[in-house]
Amino acid sequence: MTPTDRRDFLAGAWDAVPTLPANVPFGFVAGAAAVQAGFSDLQAVALSAFVFGGASQLAAIDLLDAGAPLAIVVLTAVVVNLRYVMYSAAIAPYFREFGSKARLFASQFLVDTTFAIAVTEYERDESTDELSYYLGESATIYVGYVAGTAAGVVAGDAVPEGLQLDFAVPLLFLALLVPSITDEATSVAAAVGGFVAVAAAGLPMNVGIVVAALAGVAAAALTDVAGVGQ
Amino acid sequence: MELWLVVFAAAFGTYLLRVSFVTLLGRADEVPARVKRVLAFVPPAVLAALVLPELVLYGDGGLSVSLGNDRLLAGLVAAAVAWKTEDMLATVVVGMLALYALSLVP
Repeated sequence: MTPTDRRDFLAGAWDAVPTLPANVPFGFVAGAAAVQAGFSDLQAVALSAFVFGGASQLAAIDLLDAGAPLAIVVLTAVVVNLRYVMYSAAIAPYFREFGSKARLFASQFLVDTTFAIAVTEYERDESTDELSYYLGESATIYVGYVAGTAAGVVAGDAVPEGLQLDFAVPLLFLALLVPSITDEATSVAAAVGGFVAVAAAGLPMNVGIVVAALAGVAAAALTDVAGVGQ
Repeated sequence: MELWLVVFAAAFGTYLLRVSFVTLLGRADEVPARVKRVLAFVPPAVLAALVLPELVLYGDGGLSVSLGNDRLLAGLVAAAVAWKTEDMLATVVVGMLALYALSLVP
């Protein structure tokens, strides 16, 4: 690492600090929920370390609790994470210059926040070393999240029920959802996804989220083709 | 044992999603605009599917769209904050405070 690379790594690590107050409790909730659902301490931490996608982890834990078949649990987790494909496509041009090993390694840390922070910086300053900066911000977010999970595993029981910490999770998604709605088609995606999820909540084998997500994307694509609102 | 299977299968599937275009674009030139456009529909669809049931189906699992539903009201307040500020932390904090305040209302 050259001195400028180290500087960019530290800049990235620092720029990600404002995500911690939301990110660490998210990990905490994921850890506490996993242990309550019957995961061992190690499994709960491994879930955060390997999947590294809070929304999908909580969806999977919910379904396990409801006794859904394992295939549906895994499928739902993957569908919830489908949005990472979008980030993958959007960040790929920047990752192109990395060596292939660095590319494969960096991909594991692609989540909503690491993506948003990286692209903001890449557009702001072209002289930033993309890999160093990305690894820096990822380090902060990843370590914060996994440490939060470990804390949730250890101390999840100690949080009083009245705090309703579980509600922080839909709020976090809401914070991501609102800026993702930018036009007619994305509004349709959200409206259809949301309403189908509610309507499908009682479906057998808990396929609700999978069906809702696909319905939302399909409806938006149709709106887009039809040129509604343009 | 089953749970380890869930951990690794979910992790593997998710990694494939993350690495998808990063690897593909090592070869191809550009992501087609049409593909990018459809991919942009995924976050709103998935996130709304995760959020809305949490707001309107809380408790006994039945539909609850009324002023008596604290989570729905707190969610609406948080949505307004998200709209105005696009600040993740502010959205979460105000939403939680709204929930606490509403729970004090008998």
